[in-house]
Amino acid sequence: MLLRHTTDKVAERSALTINPAKTCQPVGAMYAALGINKCLPHSHGSQGCCAYHRSSLTRHFKDPIMATTSSFTEGASVFGGQANILEAITNIFALYDPEIIAVHTTCLSETIGDDLNQIIKKAYQEGKIPKGKKVFYASTPSFKGSHVTGYSNMTTGMVQYFSENTGKPLKQINLIPSFIEPSDMAEIKRMTSEMGVKFVMFPDTSGVVNSPMDGKFHMYPKGGTTIEQIKSAGDSSFTLALGRVGAMSAAKLLDTKCKVPCEILDLPIGVRGTDNFLDNLRKVAGVHVPDSLMMERGQLVDVMTDMSQYTYNKTAALVGDPDILVSTAEFLVDLGIKILYVVSGTPAGPKFERRIKEIAGEDVKVKTGANADMFYFHQLIKGNKPDLIFGNTYAKYIARDEDIPLIRIGFPIYDRVGHQYMPIMGYKGGLRLLEKILSAVMDRQDRDAPEERYELVM
Amino acid sequence: MIDLIEARKNQVYVNKKDSFNIECDKKSVAGSVSQRACVFCGSRVVLYPIADALHLIHGPIGCAAYTWDIRGALSSGPELHRMSFCTDLRENDVIYGGEKKLYNALISLIEKYNPKAAFIYSTCIVGLIGDDINAVCRRVSSEKNIPVIPVHSEGFKGTKKDGYRAACEALFTLTGFDNESEVPKHSINILGDFNLAGESWIIKNYYKEMGIDVVSCLTGDGRIDEIKKAHRASLNVVQCSGSMTFLAKLMKEKYGIPFIRVSYFGIEDLSEALYEVARFFNEKEIIDKTSELVGRELSAIYPEIIKFRSKLEGKKAAIYVGGSFKAFSLVKALRHLGMKTEVVGSQTGSKDDYDYLKEICDEGTIIVDDTNPLELSHFIEERGVDLLIGGVKERPIAYKLGIAFCDHNHERKIPLAGFEGMVNFCREVYSSVLSPVWKYSPAYRKRKGGIV
Repeated sequence: MLLRHTTDKVAERSALTINPAKTCQPVGAMYAALGINKCLPHSHGSQGCCAYHRSSLTRHFKDPIMATTSSFTEGASVFGGQANILEAITNIFALYDPEIIAVHTTCLSETIGDDLNQIIKKAYQEGKIPKGKKVFYASTPSFKGSHVTGYSNMTTGMVQYFSENTGKPLKQINLIPSFIEPSDMAEIKRMTSEMGVKFVMFPDTSGVVNSPMDGKFHMYPKGGTTIEQIKSAGDSSFTLALGRVGAMSAAKLLDTKCKVPCEILDLPIGVRGTDNFLDNLRKVAGVHVPDSLMMERGQLVDVMTDMSQYTYNKTAALVGDPDILVSTAEFLVDLGIKILYVVSGTPAGPKFERRIKEIAGEDVKVKTGANADMFYFHQLIKGNKPDLIFGNTYAKYIARDEDIPLIRIGFPIYDRVGHQYMPIMGYKGGLRLLEKILSAVMDRQDRDAPEERYELVM
Repeated sequence: MIDLIEARKNQVYVNKKDSFNIECDKKSVAGSVSQRACVFCGSRVVLYPIADALHLIHGPIGCAAYTWDIRGALSSGPELHRMSFCTDLRENDVIYGGEKKLYNALISLIEKYNPKAAFIYSTCIVGLIGDDINAVCRRVSSEKNIPVIPVHSEGFKGTKKDGYRAACEALFTLTGFDNESEVPKHSINILGDFNLAGESWIIKNYYKEMGIDVVSCLTGDGRIDEIKKAHRASLNVVQCSGSMTFLAKLMKEKYGIPFIRVSYFGIEDLSEALYEVARFFNEKEIIDKTSELVGRELSAIYPEIIKFRSKLEGKKAAIYVGGSFKAFSLVKALRHLGMKTEVVGSQTGSKDDYDYLKEICDEGTIIVDDTNPLELSHFIEERGVDLLIGGVKERPIAYKLGIAFCDHNHERKIPLAGFEGMVNFCREVYSSVLSPVWKYSPAYRKRKGGIV
């Protein structure tokens, strides 16, 4: 009973977070930057930030995560970090030879007020950036938003710095995913290719943070969107942003900066989410949904119907990142699962709450932002126990204390593998998520069944 | 050798047993993929295992999120240390200050959890906005009648080592309180063991068998009441010297308690640690009991080690760990397995530490301070290393290179200290190095073909 102190009475808290359901912006920015080919993320702050983010991403992906740091000192904190980052840029290109450095800020450098735009300009002017190489930055103060905001800011920075409308339209569309797994990014690409649509997707961490073992240490694994591709996004015919909180901002900027119109969709999780994604893709690219994808859809629906008696009327509580929560909730509702609680530490605003209620009904309790933490989530669960919990690894304490099965989705997942390689998005991913749900429900039924009701065929 | 960046040149050394002075104790080069962390991290890992204290992080959420229950420091009782408490400073707090938020958070947490003491960690931002956390701590302490201790661990104020120091200062303020409860004649404090995977318990049992009482373990399975009487022990036995020697020095100055530096890893260092403590008390009974213990344990584990050795002899290892004392013990422990250390380094070693490393390592061993993945992987490939010993960020590098790995950091799941720990260590090395999965590794295949 690790969380033995948690009571079901929800007390007002004004001043603190207990067991967070979010983390800070820079780690999201670092993750997004890894989705650019041969990019080295750079943390403009103390050494610890960079070490923590790398550890966190390493634990989640079980892959080496490369990033550099400005190694702030007391002096830098008084006089600004300009000298540190200029030195860093020189050292990074000399030692690690990336194509591009993606700088993100931290609470420290934001509060000091380093003007990175100007500093990077200076680096270009002083010839510290070798010819053909690039440095750009995104502002990601840790005291605002969450890791999803940081991801979004870095992705928006890519558009800001590189996307360009050259006046020669390209027959391609842009795909901007929210903070999701590399496996899901790969699945979205596969479906889009299956549709016969030419596209640019950024960021794209598939192949970077789930790289194969080939007996070599690669500073820059093969995956990631190239700068050329991000640049060409300004000439695309349309942008589909997948996930409002994590992907909308970059899509909107492409619209205002490069006049590429956009549609903001939910992530393609489950039947409706994937239908909606493919339908939009079909419309904007003028293509048909091929039989191969219809086959996958049919298979997902087949298992949903075959097994509906196991999911119908079950209850669930969800905690995690807003974009994933919205689409997961929709899939659960389609399975007949009633959603009791949705909690996200990311301040996702009233739009998120409205969307969740639209999907799950007015009774669902939704909380985001301040005080929306695992402690609060646990208190809700103590009040009325759901059959299933959906959340990241940290929800396992609650799952154990309350003896409720946990289905791991979101970030971080430190204690299981699979998420890096197998998607939960698309129809195929829907099957995987459904399998997880069914296994959880049926394992529980098996565990709790009296001997005479212990069933062989389920 | 690869092109070392100019500023790193003096932090890498190929052992010739000469008078080369490795540069250490310096900040990482700006722009390096350093494996190091910050001041806050140093304080947090040292104080974290104190299980009946409240640990409140004053800052934005990240520092709390990344240090939430990441260390397998076991507790035999309360588990308050495994919760994550944070003032979660937002933009407004950065502008208007976070003192009020800190005060309110402290009051409500102390009322809810009744901790024995509270540690308040300053993060980078607190150092900048200038919250007077000392004043808040004093006020709450007097209102709630428990020690409320500020830990000055602003990330930018130095390296992880400075964080250890800040933690030691915080711990020091807790000593000297309890002068009443009984402290036996032959008593020590264990410093610098964090009870990862239950290691403090193993060590405590040894001391118990030797007839020596442990007043307080700092900080593994730590309790505030024990720390309050720590000043009455006769000797401080310091492991993980980088983190805790400073506290031992403070206690020597103020309370006149002598200290020794030891390691509980590996046969020689562990045996020597126990004997040294026994010799300190210099009583025949204790020394006899210690010999009996060491003799018995050694004869129990030796056949086991020989078994592992027969399979591991001639394999090569690389070591990159946080503290250098651990590195010393590992070099020696690997020798028992017939393994050669090709590369060894630490994040926080001092000049003396590196001099000692030079002494115990073979000629030709590469010694590094504050290395980075590129360097490390280069040396591993160059030397045809079979096993890397390191922490969380090194693990995937080893696996990508197709070589074995042993975690000697926070994430180890089995005790590696003590005599049984030595067997565990050998078993872990053995099962990683001889795992059948490496037959799919290109490095292994290449070696099998004789081309290294």
